[in-house]
Amino acid sequence: MSNFNYTLFIVLIPLAMFLLLGLQGHKFKKLSGILGTTGLGIAWILSLITAYQYFFVYGNVGGVFKPMLAYNSVWLQMTETLHIDMGILLDPISVMMLVVITTVSFMVHIYSNGYMKDEQGFARFFAFLSLFTFSMLGLVIATNIFQMYIFWELVGVSSYLLIGYYYQKPSAVSASKKAFIVTRFADLGFLIGILLLSFNTKTFDFISLTDIHGPAIACGAGASFLGLSVMTWSLIFVFMGGAGKSAMFPLHIWLPDAMEGPTPVSALIHAATMVVAGVYLVARLFPVYAISAPQGLEVVGYVGCFSSLFAAVIACTQYDIKRVLAYSTMSQIGYMMVGLGVSHYGGEEGLGFMASMFHLFTHAMFKALLFLGAGAIIHAVHTNEMTEMGGLRKYLPITHITFLIACLTIAGIPLLSAFFSKDEILTAAFHNNKLIFFVQLFVAGLTAFYMFRLYFRVFWNKEPHYHHTPHESPLTMTIPLMFLAVCSIFAGYIPFSQFVTSDSKPFESVMEMGIAIPSVVVGLFGILIAFVMYKKETTLPDRISTGFSFFYKWAFHKFYFDELYLFVTKKIIFRFISRPVAWFDRHIVDGTMNGISAVTNYVSFQIRGFQSGQLQQYAYVFVSGLVGLALVILYAFVK
Amino acid sequence: MGLEQYLLMRHELVLTLITLIILIAELCIKGDNSRKIRPFAIILFFIATVVGFLPLGEGSLFGGMFQTNGMILIMKNVLNIGVLIIFIQSYTWLGNEENKIKVSEFFLLMLSTLIGMDFMISSGDFLMFYIGLELATIPIASLAAYERTKTKSAEAGIKLILSSALSSGIMLYGISMLYGTTGSIYFSEVAKSLHSSNLQTLAFIFFFSGMAFKISIVPFHLWTADVYEGAPISVTSYLSVISKGAAVFIFVIMLFTVFRAMTAMWQDVLYITSVLTMTIGNLFAMRQKNLKRFLAFSSISQAGFIFLGMIGGNELGMTSVVYFMLIYIFSNLGAFGVVSAIANRTGKENRDDYDGLYLTNPKLSLLMMIALFSLAGIPPVAGFFGKFFLFTAAAKGGFYMLVLIGVLNTIISLYYYLLVVKAMFINKSETPIQYFKSDGYTRLGLIICFAGIVFTGLFSFVFEYIRVYAFGV
Repeated sequence: MSNFNYTLFIVLIPLAMFLLLGLQGHKFKKLSGILGTTGLGIAWILSLITAYQYFFVYGNVGGVFKPMLAYNSVWLQMTETLHIDMGILLDPISVMMLVVITTVSFMVHIYSNGYMKDEQGFARFFAFLSLFTFSMLGLVIATNIFQMYIFWELVGVSSYLLIGYYYQKPSAVSASKKAFIVTRFADLGFLIGILLLSFNTKTFDFISLTDIHGPAIACGAGASFLGLSVMTWSLIFVFMGGAGKSAMFPLHIWLPDAMEGPTPVSALIHAATMVVAGVYLVARLFPVYAISAPQGLEVVGYVGCFSSLFAAVIACTQYDIKRVLAYSTMSQIGYMMVGLGVSHYGGEEGLGFMASMFHLFTHAMFKALLFLGAGAIIHAVHTNEMTEMGGLRKYLPITHITFLIACLTIAGIPLLSAFFSKDEILTAAFHNNKLIFFVQLFVAGLTAFYMFRLYFRVFWNKEPHYHHTPHESPLTMTIPLMFLAVCSIFAGYIPFSQFVTSDSKPFESVMEMGIAIPSVVVGLFGILIAFVMYKKETTLPDRISTGFSFFYKWAFHKFYFDELYLFVTKKIIFRFISRPVAWFDRHIVDGTMNGISAVTNYVSFQIRGFQSGQLQQYAYVFVSGLVGLALVILYAFVK
Repeated sequence: MGLEQYLLMRHELVLTLITLIILIAELCIKGDNSRKIRPFAIILFFIATVVGFLPLGEGSLFGGMFQTNGMILIMKNVLNIGVLIIFIQSYTWLGNEENKIKVSEFFLLMLSTLIGMDFMISSGDFLMFYIGLELATIPIASLAAYERTKTKSAEAGIKLILSSALSSGIMLYGISMLYGTTGSIYFSEVAKSLHSSNLQTLAFIFFFSGMAFKISIVPFHLWTADVYEGAPISVTSYLSVISKGAAVFIFVIMLFTVFRAMTAMWQDVLYITSVLTMTIGNLFAMRQKNLKRFLAFSSISQAGFIFLGMIGGNELGMTSVVYFMLIYIFSNLGAFGVVSAIANRTGKENRDDYDGLYLTNPKLSLLMMIALFSLAGIPPVAGFFGKFFLFTAAAKGGFYMLVLIGVLNTIISLYYYLLVVKAMFINKSETPIQYFKSDGYTRLGLIICFAGIVFTGLFSFVFEYIRVYAFGV
């Protein structure tokens, strides 16, 4: 087992980079980007080695991928049985996540060297990136749910810092606050879930929690509340935390605003890694969900399904390219949740689990590519609005080709990676829940439509008047694009079912043509509509939007969810709950506290006479204290 | 009895050796070169500290007068670390012109007291204990009067020696009563013959008041403020950390071994005094404007918290006390280090002088903030874990009410610790302390404290390491 000791460095290198750049970054200036990138490069290589060693050399014991503890130590002992550990857990999904995170993060680091070149606080940016990478890695390798929670919060903090990177911009500041508060609120649920779960199972540890023959899973049958077992409730609460981080309906409102952060950050955090933490969390506890709380898993499935539809509809109406991508992310994460929601535990029945992880993997590649591509576009034309773009294919050839590949991938065109992963999710859904299947099929069409709407508007359509000719980005930015494009094409050929499955036993997955063909047809149909509407400038889109004016407006304003939340918080919570509480706080609580402090102050003023400086008085107090103490104790213990 | 058995006294022997070397070196070095003693002594003591960590077995010497085990070894090492930091921190101050002729005295006296403390911790009978105690006390009195030309320093020395004479007298009285009722001065013999008769209870209280004097427990604490204020800062930090720590260590050992038959009784004594100490220490600390005096009173209230760990009488209690002392050494010396760095440079030691310090000396302010947070027990710095385990130990012993009082007192202490933080970070000042660059030794001392505060909190193996050797009633 000792052969995985080096995995510690995967986590520690980003931390060291954060400390170095955070404390001494101003001395390095431009060098800080190179330093951060090199560090991440090493972590990336180590992750690849880990993946190779785990999947091909040591991990597979008798046909099952065993979870391994590369490192573990007790950090805080609560009771004999309940303790918080810090360690590194290697199993198929955590190793896969290591690869995903370090790959995307490394690419984003390289890309940022070009993209952030002229920004103030260049070193600060890289320091935060390293902090984020550290926290995210710590999250996925967590050996127990509490360690995960600690890193979960750290991820939230670093996301907050990065969204608010342009801290002079009021919109960025409010977006970062929004993201932090909404996810924090969700994490409250997570914490309640953790406490309930650990109270019932008497353990934080993932290995004993998810051991299907262990005592933890058997706890599920215990007490019930409102018809659901305590285990189900705790897992639903845990999922609430996951839904917050993964921007699932109705906790999605922070994600579009989070696009205020620099584009590389959106690619890394709000597309490829952090937002899938919720999916990872459910996958991590999957045996518990599947065996002792199937209702909890149903909740996951329906929430994912609805979010995916909801976000896809909004994405069709947005004009800010990053926002379109943000809703697209939300919709794709919905797919992953659906995959988990329709899965069962073990073997072929666990197809959904495998497909979900597979989609997470491919999605990370093509969505990072889309965001980085969008960054290159924004870099060239200095705007986010697609109404001010058009005809860019001539000016940005590399960006154009890579972006097209990504769009084709997400649309599910055969032979590209997402075709395989999405198809398997649909297959799993088809066999378990027809309703979810048809909704997801429809969403697949919508996805193809809104992505190609974006593609045609930006790269074809009518060319507006540019202030200066857009030019292709430097190599530091195009190399990651090309690399990720290659990944997006070929990632689908990895036989995922051989590596990542719900019970860690490899199985053969087969493609069902009866599902693959409709999904491809739907995708192509979506592209066709987008082609007709947006290839050239026509009045068709406007006519359609006025035709459906009510619904269009509704979707364009994101179904008024921001307004709804504002109404609820400002008009209801602030007025009817916060004000009385504030009054109580100000007058009763503060009053009591002020009273106590006044008394304390008064007493401390009165007793200052004891400290007179007179030695004989000190001796007097000493002796009388002694006598007093002796009298009290002797009185109590007199025999 | 082979010669190698004396290795059990390794700490004491090494220290004695160093003391003698420094004494001889002082005789050889003439006039202006006296300052060279400083690096020499620090290096020697550093070696002694490292040697202290070498493994050593258990055993006893001189027919049971001297004993040692794993826990005692850890305690001595903790003290060594503290003294090393103090030596490093006083480097600059000892280089001052007026201290030139008495540089080596500082080291000699301090090392002598340390030897006394080591013997005291290792003692197996009351005689050895008392000799160690006196050896640990008398040189400190002369250290307190180190700046003898200053009235306050001389006053501190005389006050310390007089009041400790009183406390020693009372303590000896207690010991003599113990001897009278049990017929022995050996810890093991005394422990067997204790049965909580009234006279023995009285004897314990007399003995306790002597210990309480050293740990500065209310109402035996009044000397503390004057002596702490008058003595040079290095000596003050020594008194508040090392001297107190050594007394705490031997006291917890004696409570758990010698007086174990009287557990219910001494739990009551600790209960009363710890409530008094936490509360009154806090109330006095609130009013202090002079930072030295302020730290002195806050250290009184910290001593009250230490009793919380002892009172449960369990293994966790002993572990938490030693662990807390280690953290307390780092935190308190960190705070004293900043105060002394500033006092050396500017002569200012009032809270108002620290207004706006963050703008001129951000690094010092951050260090001070972390040290104060650690003293107050704010997570995630080490002090939080120190207090956390003390409270856990008390709660485990069933003293929930006491824990509640302790928590309330923590909140009060937060108020005055934060006042200093507020002064540094929020208050504005027309005449802030100007920016200055500290020299290497001052920085080294502060960095060690900082690293200690951060690492003892983050890594649990320190705690686990201590836990291995702990024992309960």
